[in-house]
Amino acid sequence: MPSRCVRVAAACWSSNNADERPTCWKLKHNTRKLAIVPTNLLHNNNNRRTQLPTQPQPKCMEVLLGITGKDFTLIAASKAAMRGPTILKATDDKTRQLNDHTLLAFSGEPGDTVQFAEYIQANSQLYSMRNETELSPSALAHFVRGELASSLRSRNPYSVNLLLGGVDPITNKPSLYWLDYLASLAKVPYAAHGYAQYYCLSLLDKHHHPNITLDEGMKLLRLCSDELKRRLPIDFKGLVVKAVTKDGIETKPFDEDEKVVKDT
Amino acid sequence: MSRRYDSRTTIFSPDGRLYQVEYALEAISHAGTAIGILAKDGIVLAAERKVTSKLLEQDTSAEKLYILNDNMICAVAGMTADANILINFARQAAQRYLLTYNEDIPCEQLVRRLCDLKQGYTQHGGLRPFGVSFIYAGWDPQRQFQLYLSNPSGNYGGWKATSSGANHASAQSLLKQDYKEDCTLEEACAMAVKVLSKTMDSTKLSSDKIEFATVGQTKDGKIYHKLWTADEITALLKKHDLAKEDTSEEK
Repeated sequence: MPSRCVRVAAACWSSNNADERPTCWKLKHNTRKLAIVPTNLLHNNNNRRTQLPTQPQPKCMEVLLGITGKDFTLIAASKAAMRGPTILKATDDKTRQLNDHTLLAFSGEPGDTVQFAEYIQANSQLYSMRNETELSPSALAHFVRGELASSLRSRNPYSVNLLLGGVDPITNKPSLYWLDYLASLAKVPYAAHGYAQYYCLSLLDKHHHPNITLDEGMKLLRLCSDELKRRLPIDFKGLVVKAVTKDGIETKPFDEDEKVVKDT
Repeated sequence: MSRRYDSRTTIFSPDGRLYQVEYALEAISHAGTAIGILAKDGIVLAAERKVTSKLLEQDTSAEKLYILNDNMICAVAGMTADANILINFARQAAQRYLLTYNEDIPCEQLVRRLCDLKQGYTQHGGLRPFGVSFIYAGWDPQRQFQLYLSNPSGNYGGWKATSSGANHASAQSLLKQDYKEDCTLEEACAMAVKVLSKTMDSTKLSSDKIEFATVGQTKDGKIYHKLWTADEITALLKKHDLAKEDTSEEK
């Protein structure tokens, strides 16, 4: 692995002006920058700077959670809109409804997120209008992945992490798809994005099973939310919770002001 | 009188007709008959082959039946060369859909894509419209088994049983008489050979005169499509007592 980094860094200099010797800073900078590049994406670097996700995504302080159950998919997203350490809004909704049975939740670079999600939403709605049917959650997930993957290989890729949950309008089967900004796609029974992963996945591992009811799902989210409030040193201003069932998408009341950390 | 208007596809005649489109429809009614029948557990497509010769290689030259996609096949009535262009287009469209959505294209959407292209040539584009009608047989999760017919004007419609090509009017009335709702694929096959034998010039059929294809569902729910081999067609014809006496085995 280290040898590969060196090779990449060297390739980078050769594209620079020849008489401009790389300074120490540049070397360090480039190496750091490129070390995170997945090597399988580097195959076509012909001296030009291979433009790829240049920075590792800043550690995501937003919370996205998803759970599937017997006949529903639950999606929860934090309500804080943040810029650096500042909270700009405490009632943000980081979800977009793609069609009657599919919901997309997003986190990542502010601006990119909404732009990308609404682009997907518009395309999904156009499809529904043209064809008088809905795209299934699976079809939408693959469409989103395709869009994200082509964006990733452009000059300015979207830096967005997504959860896509839905219920198939024909089979009524619930499903949840996990996508990250490198356009990985995984169909999962439950999922989390950002720091919330570290706290919630273990809880979900323990308590989730595929046949839970909507009430049990809500309890599970409560459990996750409590753990986040107890352990995550960020005030994410509570969660918006939406449930997708065969009857459509519904916002679930989720009591936010309940104190979890007890005074001792 | 019509001469002033029929050399262009894009110009209406004073009585509101597009002659080139009508001529294309006329060209189709000289081509071999093609019929399609929708059953509850599948679809059968059958077509009359006009070019027959003992020298013609049977398995390598499908003239009228083509596979469009994993879930769809079609029968052609009209100019085969024109059809090839459209079939190529349809296959590409189906694959493009598969690439973006990782799902097979819904049948009606593929039919509509082709019809949009056909319609384009009645309004602008080259000198003449495509001289082909298609009968499509397909399956998708939303509407299960489906049968469509499209013609050079770009119109299409869904059918339970339909026909195109030479004698299509008489084939259509035969189908109307014989069609039963909820018939099985096997019954539909029987109906198809019966109708073909009545509409074709010779009453006795042989495997080198017709092509046959079915779309169906296996026991474990998978959709299959099958273009029948000459032997299978002969077997079907024998079963229904429509085969020619001197079969090719005795040569």
